[in-house]
Amino acid sequence: MQGIDKRGDPIICRCNDVTESEIVEVIKKGFTDIEEIKRLLRIGMGPCQGRTCIPLVMRIIARETGVNVDEITPPTSRPPIIPIPIEVARKAAE
Amino acid sequence: MKKGYEVVIVGGGIIGNAVAYYLAKEGQKDVLVIEKNYISSGSTGRCAGGIRQQWDSEANIRLAMGSVKIFEGLEDELGFPTEFYQGGYLLLAHTPEHMEWFKKRVELQRSLGLDVRLIDPKEAKDIVPYINTEGLLGATFCPTDGHANPFYVTFGYYKKAQELGVHYLIGKEVAGIEVRESRIRAVILSDGSRVEARNLVNAAGGHARDIARMAGIDIPVNPQRHEILVTEPIGHLFDPLIISFKQGIYFRQELNGGVLMGYGDPEEPWSYNVRSTSRFLFNMTKKVTEVMPILDQVRVLRQWAGLYAMTPDAQPIIGGVEEVEGYYQAVGFSGHGFMVGPKTSELLAELILTGKTSLSLEHLSHKRFKEGKGKIEKAVI
Ligand SMILES: Cc1cc2nc3c(=O)[nH]c(=O)nc-3n(C[C@H](O)[C@H](O)[C@H](O)COP(=O)(O)OP(=O)(O)OC[C@H]3O[C@@H](n4cnc5c(N)ncnc54)[C@H](O)[C@@H]3O)c2cc1C
Ligand code: FES
Repeated sequence: MQGIDKRGDPIICRCNDVTESEIVEVIKKGFTDIEEIKRLLRIGMGPCQGRTCIPLVMRIIARETGVNVDEITPPTSRPPIIPIPIEVARKAAE
Repeated sequence: MKKGYEVVIVGGGIIGNAVAYYLAKEGQKDVLVIEKNYISSGSTGRCAGGIRQQWDSEANIRLAMGSVKIFEGLEDELGFPTEFYQGGYLLLAHTPEHMEWFKKRVELQRSLGLDVRLIDPKEAKDIVPYINTEGLLGATFCPTDGHANPFYVTFGYYKKAQELGVHYLIGKEVAGIEVRESRIRAVILSDGSRVEARNLVNAAGGHARDIARMAGIDIPVNPQRHEILVTEPIGHLFDPLIISFKQGIYFRQELNGGVLMGYGDPEEPWSYNVRSTSRFLFNMTKKVTEVMPILDQVRVLRQWAGLYAMTPDAQPIIGGVEEVEGYYQAVGFSGHGFMVGPKTSELLAELILTGKTSLSLEHLSHKRFKEGKGKIEKAVI
């Protein structure tokens, strides 16, 4: 499962090193939309495209705001599906 | 929700939030912002965050210089991080025509007090060692240009405006505007509800023309898709945002190490389409490696697109209109509304509150198109 940082705070987004308490903190500040949280903390923007962290973040939002997880729409995912080297993309143009 | 407001703002991008903040800061707190998706969901949240003062037109230079001054103190003013970073902008010229144009531009910019200079390829390479100088004739560099985090800046204005008493309606769409006896009266939401408004601010970005039309006003603002991509974070390679007019591209390194890059496709039609294409991925990577070959080894992480709100002279339209009293707009930024957002919004709030502005907006008025006065801004990418 997830790692734990030095203060015992679970790391939710491993790609961008974001812990559970950081997520709870922005929710407490009033940012409850997953798109807003994504942009404030860069969760879901790492090489795994959020496959690891987004489901966990959705559960935290549900817990903190008292809504059902099913009511939360996951954020839009962005292509490419896996990171692609510039050299490969560039040569595809030729 | 109250029955009516002194000012209703349509759009929760940098402009809508900043205008709301400056109105409230100057004492007008009876303000409602309506955003149909979420804060920063429009062009603002899709933009590259670049902040440049090196423009062609005096109006753009002044707005950008005024905004940089605001950006410098914004973190303290809003009590919110902005990631504002002044790494400069390096603009590259590969043809004699571009060199001539660069020289003229620098002269005008310097006359307005901007710290900018024309440099030779060697100095450009000193600033950015990884740059390919083959065929490069010269460059301009302004060290006080830079970038900021568009989400942070917008969320910062949003939080502060709320703290000062501004109301927000998020997830509601404006579907109509009531105008009677040539004066703004109310806005109608898509769920049929009605909110009275003495003044209305059109800050709807790529959708600004639709909002104006609801008030019976036609504005020459058209949406055009612009694509962008970001690489995985890599070690620090370069400080400035780089624009190469030869390839028509811009790219910069984010504070976390990712490299953001984009270009404008002159063939792109007017539309609301914001889908990404593989064509962009292929062409962008080819163009950027012509300017910085070392990027070949880096991997692309994500690509997306947003709208530029284009006007015929590529300059924004800011202020009121003669036809409808109480209607105001800050629209048509043609791809540079983030960087001029702070000063523009401050001036628009000033206009709404006092009827005049401390910096003339005459060249950016709606009237200019009727009078045929617009001077085309050529430095848009
Ligand atoms: C790829 C790309 C890169 C860019 N790079 C830069 C850059 O480096 N530097 C720079 O300065 N600029 C850049 N820009 C331009 C910049 O993003 C825009 O000029 C700026 O964000 C405009 O801000 P805004 O608040 O006017 O519009 P937006 O951010 O688009 O906000 C308008 C809001 O209005 C809402 N809205 C629309 N219609 C309605 C309705 N009927 N009811 C309720 N709400 C509605 C939308 O949902 C939207 O959130 C870039 C743009 C793109 C697309
Ligand atoms: S774990 Fe969050 S983006 Fe990969």
